[in-house]
Amino acid sequence: MNWRAIRAMYVFEMSRFFRTLLQSFVSPVISTSLYFVVFGAAIGSRIDQVEGVSYGAFIVPGLIMLSVMTQAISNASFGIYFPKFIGTIYELLSAPINFLEVVLGYVGAAATKALFIGLVILGTSSLFVDLSIQHPLAMLAFMVLTCLSFALFGFIIGIWAQNFEQLQLIPLLVVTPLVFLGGSFYSISMLPPAWQTISFFNPVVYLISGFRWSFFGVADVPIVLSLLAIAGFTALCLGIIWWIFKTGWRIRA
Amino acid sequence: MQPMVEISDVSKTYKDGFRALNGVSLDIEDGEILALLGPNGAGKTTLISAICGITRPTDGTIRVGGHDVVAEYRGARALVGLVPQEINLEPFERVMNTVRFSRGLFGKPKDDGFLEKILRQLSLWDKRNARIMELSGGMKRRVLIAKALAHEPRVLFLDEPTAGVDVELRRDMWEVVRELKLGGVTIILTTHYIEEAEAIADRIAVIDKGRILLVEEKDALMTRLGQKELRIELQEPIEALPGALAGRGLQLEEDGCVIVYTYDTAEERTGITSLITDLSAAGLVLRDLQTRQNSLEDIFVGLVGDKGDAA
Ligand SMILES: Nc1ncnc2c1ncn2[C@@H]1O[C@H](COP(=O)(O)OP(=O)(O)OP(=O)(O)O)[C@@H](O)[C@H]1O
Ligand SMILES: [Mg+2]
Repeated sequence: MNWRAIRAMYVFEMSRFFRTLLQSFVSPVISTSLYFVVFGAAIGSRIDQVEGVSYGAFIVPGLIMLSVMTQAISNASFGIYFPKFIGTIYELLSAPINFLEVVLGYVGAAATKALFIGLVILGTSSLFVDLSIQHPLAMLAFMVLTCLSFALFGFIIGIWAQNFEQLQLIPLLVVTPLVFLGGSFYSISMLPPAWQTISFFNPVVYLISGFRWSFFGVADVPIVLSLLAIAGFTALCLGIIWWIFKTGWRIRA
Repeated sequence: MQPMVEISDVSKTYKDGFRALNGVSLDIEDGEILALLGPNGAGKTTLISAICGITRPTDGTIRVGGHDVVAEYRGARALVGLVPQEINLEPFERVMNTVRFSRGLFGKPKDDGFLEKILRQLSLWDKRNARIMELSGGMKRRVLIAKALAHEPRVLFLDEPTAGVDVELRRDMWEVVRELKLGGVTIILTTHYIEEAEAIADRIAVIDKGRILLVEEKDALMTRLGQKELRIELQEPIEALPGALAGRGLQLEEDGCVIVYTYDTAEERTGITSLITDLSAAGLVLRDLQTRQNSLEDIFVGLVGDKGDAA
């Protein structure tokens, strides 16, 4: 393993992030606050409790997951697509590194950024609602795993995409709907039975449910299933990465 | 001594079926400067890409410093620095940062002192904190060179380093290349300009349509390129050359209307004056004169023409 190279890629990617630190910090703070105004205050005042938790607090895990997933995907996909687009990819291709090292550098950086944003949202949320986290370690583990697996997924999209439209396509058509319908803002048990059944085919439901469990100790699905879901998704992404590695880069002619 | 780069029978067919390299074999010696000359689309960039790992050859093997570029890519690539033809740089990045990245990417420990030396050598030190987009085209090209040198390569590929670079800067770059050579770096540069090859190369390889047409010591090639042709158009066609004009290698062309004289511009005396004197002494009336320099094109045509058994 060429650790120096991995570090160089990681640091370089992170420096892009630090250049726009204020932006990276301010935008999740503002959007989270808006969510609290809309969902917490406006709607939440009519729903006072969900599964014994105030609605304002109830949506916090979903909000974090929503941002973490979309951020991890967009950071990672953009991170590897951008060098392809502007041509600097030549350096990665001509360096004494392999694909897995590139994955570690770029996915690591994208996951770190997503994690940072997740923590910023958590911090902002605690200004609006009373939050007590029952299983802080599990919470952190869930968040880190989600950042990593979705960054892996984003990396795959970035490798696959040939243009900006394709880069946006999967997040827009697949991820966003799944995340919104994954119980970020409601409990699955609030849905009619038919929709509940359909929801259980949505992998994001398991992630949000598990994450919410780490906060409040209540979940839509058994926690074991949540763990299996995140492990399965990570394994799937790793498998695809391994397959890309074996069959050659999509970016090397 | 083992060649630094050994290219054996390399072919490259692109996905669309286009064959950009066609059985290229070439050895590049340790410490030499090789100029790869060829027209647009000849396959220069493709060849460099295959050596550097940007693209995979369809056939054949390439070794750098004894390492196969596919099977032992780490060993091979660690030795190689590449300055691409296109200016590929992140516009918002700062000069120092991108050079540091290149060094780390090749697994070298951080050494800002060394990077400072390179940036100074390339007159970029003042611009180390500038963003790439704030640099001129020539400066960007030098940043690319700095990036390639950042990891102390033994072999440096310069793909048209002086395209779009003014005369003064071109000379500066040649100076840099010479210094690198003194430092023991093997350098391969592609160019369209014969003067450039003439100015710095030890050997010249000519490539066209994916084939190496010739590899020759520069001095030998320059002698051939230095040949010039004088075409003398006569008022009246002649049957044969007058005896007084024999022994000069003259040729009669176009049904006796044109006499062709070949001479070497590098010689002290071209023999033109005496030729003209002898022509008028022989009673020939001249209608027009033309001179033509042997160009790279002529050499191409010559090579492609009698390539049959040479290749
Ligand atoms: N990715 C590609 N797919 C298909 N054909 C390609 C590709 N890259 C290059 N070619 C073709 O291969 C041939 C050689 O291209 P190459 O870039 O190696 O030429 P070159 O000698 O570097 O030319 P120039 O002096 O213009 O830079 C050209 O005909 C080009 O169109
Ligand atoms: Mg080229």
